[in-house]
Amino acid sequence: MKNPFSLEGKTVLITGAASGIGKATAQQCTEMGAKVVLLDLNSEGLKQTASEIGRDDSEYFVVNLTEYEQLCETVSKLPKLDGVVSNAGIVKSLLARFSEKTDMEKIFEINTYSHINLVQQLIAQKKLNKGASIVFTSSMSGVYCGIVGGSLYGATKSALVGYSKALALELAPRGIRVNTIHPGMVETPLTKNTALSQDILDEDAKNYPLSRYGKPEEIAYAIVYLLSDATVWMTGSKLLIDGGYSVK
Amino acid sequence: MEINDFIKNFADQFEDTDPREINSATLFHDLDECDSLIALAVLNIIEKKYSKKVTFDEMKKCKTVEDLFNLVAAK
Repeated sequence: MKNPFSLEGKTVLITGAASGIGKATAQQCTEMGAKVVLLDLNSEGLKQTASEIGRDDSEYFVVNLTEYEQLCETVSKLPKLDGVVSNAGIVKSLLARFSEKTDMEKIFEINTYSHINLVQQLIAQKKLNKGASIVFTSSMSGVYCGIVGGSLYGATKSALVGYSKALALELAPRGIRVNTIHPGMVETPLTKNTALSQDILDEDAKNYPLSRYGKPEEIAYAIVYLLSDATVWMTGSKLLIDGGYSVK
Repeated sequence: MEINDFIKNFADQFEDTDPREINSATLFHDLDECDSLIALAVLNIIEKKYSKKVTFDEMKKCKTVEDLFNLVAAK
């Protein structure tokens, strides 16, 4: 009997694959049998991920997804895909009163616009196989709760939910599924690079009923689930993984 | 970067504290209103006005407003 959770025979594109959730997803997809195609701006990190997963047929492309021409050219080089993990993003801790147009543009460029541009090009260049699965990395922030200093970040992440709803309808006739994943705080280079001190992070982690932040692989497992045939009847859904944070 | 300008920008982040209470020698962690929200506002204004990034840890080590000014000036 075929294991519905397996990714054997599938080709999966992962953006933001040089570190954090993207890197863990590349590793877990490979573990589950997928061929992976990795994108990131960070060439060193990307090479590192590719070498660590150690699968000869994996491919990677260094690309700035906020540069539309670069994005289009990269998409033209991609193989046909059975899965897309649109995951690249940045975090910015900025109070609403300081959130100006330039800040807005910078964070929306990568956290929202690049995801929309990528999907638009994947469709236009006919890179999605029938029955493919698209997963957007959204967040609990902006969708299930607010975080101080995270108004813009939350806005970029909730925008992905709005986008995915209509996209799910438009792609359903080809059996292509679109879902979003909503992690709570995960220990990644992204969170370590904020201005927050380790003390503050440790204190904040106590607000989670499961007493700690998530690990990148714990989000990757859920992404693998959404990419797999176990979820062929799941589209337009939001999957929350937050250690119970939003239950309180 | 000028210290009086820095003090004004710093004091501006407080809503209820009288700006006249804040000077270069003020031990800012002792101010009643100084909490994590004010601290983030101070870090944000430093980045906006002086294009310098300061972390919470660095800020915590500063005792007076002048200490913070010197930290930003040295970056």
